[in-house]
Amino acid sequence: MSNKVIHAIYNDDDVLMDAVKQTRAAHHHIEEVYTPFPVHGLDKAMGLAPTRIAIASFIYGLTGLAVYTALINYVMINDWPQDIGGKPSFSFIDNMPAFVPIMFEGTVFFAAHLMVITFYMRSKLWPFKKAENPDVRTTDDHFLMEVGVHGNEEELVSFFKSTGAVEVKVIEKH
Amino acid sequence: MYTFSSKLKTFSLILMVIGAIGIGVGFWSAPKTVEEVETILLEESHGHHDQVASHDAHASHDAHADAAHQEHVNHVFHQLQNKPWAAFYVACIFFMLLSVGVLAFYAIQQVALAGWSPILFRVMEGITAYLLPGSIIFLLVLVLSGAHMNHLFTWMDPEVVAHDHLIQGKSGYLNVVFFLIRAVLFLGVWNLYRIFSRKNSIAQDEAEGSTFYKKNFKMSASFLVFFIVSESLMSWDWIMSLDPHWYSTLFAWYVFASFFVSGITAIAMVTIYLKSKGYLEQVNTSHIHDLAKFMFGISIFWTYLWFSQFMLIWYSDIPEEVTYFVTRIEHYKLPFFGMLAMNFIFPLLILINTDFKRLSWIVVMAGIVILAGHYIDFYNMVMPATVGDQWFIGLPEISAILFFLGLFIFVVFTALTKAPLVAKGNPLMEESKHFHY
Repeated sequence: MSNKVIHAIYNDDDVLMDAVKQTRAAHHHIEEVYTPFPVHGLDKAMGLAPTRIAIASFIYGLTGLAVYTALINYVMINDWPQDIGGKPSFSFIDNMPAFVPIMFEGTVFFAAHLMVITFYMRSKLWPFKKAENPDVRTTDDHFLMEVGVHGNEEELVSFFKSTGAVEVKVIEKH
Repeated sequence: MYTFSSKLKTFSLILMVIGAIGIGVGFWSAPKTVEEVETILLEESHGHHDQVASHDAHASHDAHADAAHQEHVNHVFHQLQNKPWAAFYVACIFFMLLSVGVLAFYAIQQVALAGWSPILFRVMEGITAYLLPGSIIFLLVLVLSGAHMNHLFTWMDPEVVAHDHLIQGKSGYLNVVFFLIRAVLFLGVWNLYRIFSRKNSIAQDEAEGSTFYKKNFKMSASFLVFFIVSESLMSWDWIMSLDPHWYSTLFAWYVFASFFVSGITAIAMVTIYLKSKGYLEQVNTSHIHDLAKFMFGISIFWTYLWFSQFMLIWYSDIPEEVTYFVTRIEHYKLPFFGMLAMNFIFPLLILINTDFKRLSWIVVMAGIVILAGHYIDFYNMVMPATVGDQWFIGLPEISAILFFLGLFIFVVFTALTKAPLVAKGNPLMEESKHFHY
């Protein structure tokens, strides 16, 4: 099994989008695409499975809601009941409207932070992580498509040249 | 070109006829004398024997209680007489403001140079066609109220004002003449914007350049400036002044969110109906998705405003403010909390999912619940001040809804036949046709 990959480099996102579509149509396996900015519709063109982060976020939100409901109930009703603004009721439900902002903020806090953490974990990003992009120009103005080489190498190189790549390299991957 | 199917036309006419009959019966069966109310109250209290006994005991011994009883009967008499009027008023203002909501949405799309929505402009123009008949009927009701044909607005009664220090202080603003001048001004300007923007939109279809489009842009921007001010005053005049002692600074926005989301829902439902009949081929699931996102978002926005208003008043617990919610929670428990479930929890759970927002049947189902929920929201705004605890969603209420729904369908779909369903002259039309999210 060869570990050879092709790096096809483009300098325009529209050209890249067309190239991705052609590559998929020609049944070559796209390993990864490196871009300096998010390209709208690229995930669909690459055929990536739709993200499930929305579902995760919803669950995190529910968790936050539950945690903050329990917290506010413990703090304000059970542990040290408080009389604020003449509302000394010792029942959660009677004081609930005052707790809604806290419950809402808790929901947002959990959903947002846990979603970001999840995203970093899924993308394998953490502090002091070494950059994975094979060419520094992909942080500036170039787009790089990495395609596994299976079969005729020459043919592949000329195929990617024809898709508008400004540079095509064959690289031995370790 | 769209042709108004005879089936739908008959349906709308039947709704109007049934509604009109029901409204008539409602007015006819409202009690005409205090004696009738006396018998109604007696019949009602037959179920509660204890109450009757104690009541009788008091009444026979105490002249003071007798006077209080007389006053109570009089009060209920006025409330029951108000009931058919209030039922008519709620449905009338709801459908009228719904079309105003669509008009505001249309103006926002024009000013924002939105690329996704021009394919829906003719649908919006069709819905705003209801504004003219709707506002004429509504203005008529206001004039009749001003002529003391009913007691919807207590501040219009000079007898009440004479004994009411608070209303006296507001009478510079709350007097019938100024009230009607404002109503004519607001409804007039809204209608003028609707008529001229529609004219320009049709003229743009065959035009060479984009002169009419630019005219519409400028006109929409000016309309929005006028609208945001007039909408606030309108909500104080037509709804908040029903409770002339009560005020809330958030009220105008809360009312706006209510009819804005109803308007967007109406756009979605009319669009889906037309699409199901084979029109509007270029409308794809992305357009429906965007409308459903607006339905979802504005529902949340409505809840945010409703809750902000509720919580501040509930928390500070100042008697003159909190009485508004006390009456509602005491006498209107089911519609009050029911509409929260319909306008917030239901759309939140059903429309949060991306895939669901693309399914027509889910959008229609959510839309029906949202529309019903916001009707009840308006019901909760109007009824407690006009009929008190004598409310019931019965014949007069349902008939009024049916009548205005029939009129709405008739006017909207007639207007849709008047022009091509695609405003082809709009410079952003190509983008809208290929809108894909």
